[in-house]
Formats: sequence, structure tokens, C-alpha cells
Amino acid sequence: MTDNQCIFSGRVWKFGDNISTDHILPSRFMTQVEPHELAMNCMAGCDPEFSRKVQPGDVLVAGDNIGYGSSREQAPQALKHSGIRVVIAKSFARIFYRNCFNIGISAIVCPAYVQEACEGDLVEVNLTEGVILNKSLSKTYHFTKPPEFMLDYIRLGGLIPYLEKQMNKECKD
Amino acid sequence: MGLTVTEKILADRVKKNVVKPGEIVEVPVDVAFIHDNNGPIALQQFAKLPQAKVWAPEKVYFVLDHHSPSTTFRAAQHHRNIRDFAKQFGCHIIDVGRGVSHPVLAEEGIPRPGKIIVGTDSHTVGLGAFGCLATGIGSTEMTAVLTTGRIWMRVPETVKVILKGKLSMGVCAKDVALLVLKHFGPSFLNYMTIEFDGPLLQDLSIEERMTITIMGLEMGVKNALMPVDNKLIHKLHTSREKESIYTADPDANYASTIHFDVSGLAPMVATPGLPTNGIQIEGVEGTEIHQATLGSCSGAFYHDLKQAAGILKDRKVNPKVRFIIVPNTSHVISEAAHTGVLQTLLDAGAIISSPSCGTCAGYEVGCLAPGEVCISTTTRNMDGRMGAGGKIYLASALTVAASAVAGYITDPRQYLGGDSFDR
Ligand code: SF4
Repeated sequence: MTDNQCIFSGRVWKFGDNISTDHILPSRFMTQVEPHELAMNCMAGCDPEFSRKVQPGDVLVAGDNIGYGSSREQAPQALKHSGIRVVIAKSFARIFYRNCFNIGISAIVCPAYVQEACEGDLVEVNLTEGVILNKSLSKTYHFTKPPEFMLDYIRLGGLIPYLEKQMNKECKD
Repeated sequence: MGLTVTEKILADRVKKNVVKPGEIVEVPVDVAFIHDNNGPIALQQFAKLPQAKVWAPEKVYFVLDHHSPSTTFRAAQHHRNIRDFAKQFGCHIIDVGRGVSHPVLAEEGIPRPGKIIVGTDSHTVGLGAFGCLATGIGSTEMTAVLTTGRIWMRVPETVKVILKGKLSMGVCAKDVALLVLKHFGPSFLNYMTIEFDGPLLQDLSIEERMTITIMGLEMGVKNALMPVDNKLIHKLHTSREKESIYTADPDANYASTIHFDVSGLAPMVATPGLPTNGIQIEGVEGTEIHQATLGSCSGAFYHDLKQAAGILKDRKVNPKVRFIIVPNTSHVISEAAHTGVLQTLLDAGAIISSPSCGTCAGYEVGCLAPGEVCISTTTRNMDGRMGAGGKIYLASALTVAASAVAGYITDPRQYLGGDSFDR
């Protein structure tokens, strides 16, 4: 059975190693909480033009240790409100990794894909199969699938709807 | 195969004899804290769960420290929302003026050995100086903790770091932290625990140990641990019998064990870009600065102010430099006032700001203009951290104070000697 909620395709934006949450959303914007404000300043610390260029459905690709530094969830929120649904990297900083899934962004570790990906490529990700297709190279790559509960976060849109579902279930039981 | 401290804490909490690195466990939380930087989104998310209640309000602390006292109209509104929420649900609130979350919670005796603590701050790992499993989480995850009192964790691999040797004059805990960071780099310890041990720890106060555990986060650790020794027991006004103390088994399974001998270590400076960019001071001596800063959870304890005062006594801050001190708690200011340290700093021309995160991330205090250079005891030096285009060097309070006097980065050891110095 295909699980369409876990298949994503889009255009690639590529960044290097150690892109910190200070790069993704600098501290000077930290009192902002509204989606449009966060989207407007997404990546302001390393590419001030990014928020104008990014399109809904685009995929962020990065090197080692993306999301390094501050725990600020405003960073992945800024990506989400810019339309990014998937981040593929060689490795992730741990709080950023959890934050991504918690707000419904798929965080995928796949160094082999990142190595060969170029900005502007088209990519398709199948989260439940653990497969990335680099459409520009017609090449597939495999990654370790996230545990089932994290796939549920993605299907439902994040940890909050997941919790809500559980709370409703408990009420009925 | 035996267990490490973190494995033992997690195993106990899931009522198992053994847990293994890589395994996912769900554990109860003993203390949760939320600060004003990440609180607003947590509250937004909480509001999406209309029937939600806080699982145990007495275990929840809100700390208003990042934009404190309210530095903008927006921050004032966030603070008000947080106060209202804390009142509505009966949670603790540590209001503006008290200081930065980690050192304040430490002063209040909240972190205890063996406990599981989560905070919406990445540097929550610093509380591992109290022998607890303390780790940082995001705002949405905190909403889940607030409603369920539980969190999932992947059991981390543990790396053991043994610190030995004697620090020479002019070299302190921050230099040790920068040395360890330089060794591991910014991501080598991602998802792992770092367990510190070794004879050097006997020479360090609990606050100096926190300086090291807090900086541990910059290597990606999930948590950092210091052993529970008599110094800590004394600090907590407790006894070993009253606390849940865990020690690693002699045959515990460490991913690796690394020894650092700090004898002969020179003052360290992390060059702009990453806190793990440490080099010996001679590599950057003479770099002109516009600002010197004593600040942050890791770099503005009483011992930092006292060390700076030791350098500034009978000297003046260079007129080209702004020397900004943001003590990390209100108790630090009280103690500095009481002992005369504060007067020495003021006489030398230092600027004292209210206890908060302040300059650490340019939270409307001590920001840099493009092209300006700052030397700082704070935790991070990524580009733009104190303002776009500003450059940050990280160093100890001694190096920062000496550089504030010189007007450029300089070795503090030339200013030391006589009675004024006391590490
Ligand atoms: S002082 Fe700096 S590192 Fe510490 S909690 Fe505040 S912003 Fe974070």
C-alpha cells in the first residue's frame, strides 16, 4: 500500500556543514512567533534572499550537523512556514532533529545522497520505504526509516495532533 | 557488561536491569523548565489541546531570562502570557531580575542526583554537574511533557573524559572546556553522553564544573555528567543517603575514554565561527577588540567576576573598549557587592547589566555593529550571534578582563601575580 502522506517531491536547496539554528533563525527574531514573520526571516543568518526564493514543497539539503546550537524551535518552524517539508542531511544536531519531527518535518540522514545532490535538483523521498530518488541523476539512495511513532507524527502533522489523538482515545476508553 | 551512569538512571526509570545504547525508552520527567525564548511557542501549542492540564505543576518552572527585564514591547507581552499561564496552572515562576535558568535552578537546589530534568534550553545539559540526567528539548516537545509528564529518549552511547593535572596560574575552567571542545569538534558527540571524571574535578567548584558541562553541549551531547562527590553533597546541604546516587560499573561500556592532562595548558581562545575553534592564546594575541563581555550561564558566575576584578584592580578598561558584565544570577551580584568585587569592576569602568542571557545572543544588550569584534566568556560565537557582521572570540574571564584593559586580545598571565590573584 502506498502511503502518500509519506512521499514528498520537490526542488533542492543545498547548504554546507554546521548550519546552526542561529543561521536558520537569528536570535534577533526570537520574539517573533507568527508563521509569516518566521517564514520571512528563514535562513536570514546565511542567505538573506532565501525567504524570497523558496517555494512550498522545496527540500532542504545540508551537510553535517544541521541545526547545531540553540534549541530554538523557531528555526524548524521558519522552515516549515516557508513550505519545507523535508530536510536531508549528512547528520543532525539532536534537538533540531526531534524538533523537525515534532512539528511535522521529515528529517532524513543520508550522506550518500547529500554528497551527490546539487542545488536545483529534483528529488523524491519515500519515508516509509526509506528511499530517496535523485530525479536529476535518476539515482536512488537508501536510508534508515524512522520508528513507526515518528512516521505517525508526519502522517498527522506533528506531535500535537498525535497527542490530541491519544487524548481522545483515552477519553473514549 | 556493566552500565554507565546514564544507562543506570534510564534503566531504573523503566524498571529494567539493563538498557542498551540505541534502544528507545519512555521515561517520567522529574523537573521541567521553560524560558521566555521558547515559552511562547510552547504556550501556543498547549492552547491547541483544549482539554489539556499540566501533569504536575509543582515540577514545572518558568524562567524569564532571555529578554529580561522585558527588553521590547513584544517580550513584555510574552512575559505577561507566561505569568498568566503559570498562575492559571499553579506552576513556579522565576521572574525577571533573578537570572539565567541553569545557574538560578542550581542556586535553588532544584537539580538533584539521579533525576531526569528537561528544559527548553539546549544548555540544560549543564545541570549534569549535579549528577542528574539533564537535557534540552524544543517547545512542542515541552508541550507534550507538560501534558503527559513523560518523554522518549534514545539511550545514548557514553564517552568518558578524564581530567587530570593542575591548572597553572591564569588558566581556568573555561580554558579546560575550550580544550575539550577543540578535541571533539561540533558534532562528534551528537546524541551521546559525556561522563567527566578525574582528579582535576576536586580542584573545581560546582560552578566551575557547570562552566564545563554547559559548554559540553557545543559538542552535540545529549547530556553531560559530573560525579556526585562530597563537595556536591555539601553544596546541596544533603547527605548521600538522602539522594539517588548512581556510579558507573567498573566494566561499564564506554564508546571511548579520553584523558586530558591540563598541566601546562595555556589560556585558550575559540576563534569566530564555532565554539570548538579553540587555539592557544598566542595565536590571536594583538587582535583589536571593540567590546569585552562577561556573560551567560557558563561565563558569569561569581568566580568569573572575581577573576575579572583580580585583573582590573587598580587598572582601567581601555577607553576604546566597552566592558559589559551581565552576571548570571542576582545572587552573583549580591555576593560581588558584599565582597567589594563589584566596586572594583565599576571603578575600572565596567558596565553592569541586570542578570539575564543579555549579551550572550545579543538579546538587546551588548550587541555588535557589523565589523565589530568582541571577546566574551559566553557560550557561542557563530556568525551573527551578537548582531550581523560582528565577530566573537570566546575565552575565560581572566583573558576577557585582560583584553578589556589592553584594547586587544592578550594573555592574562602578564597581569597576574601578587595577592590580587586567586583562581
Ligand atoms: S546565557 Fe546564553 S547560552 Fe545560557 S541560556 Fe542564555 S542564551 Fe542560552
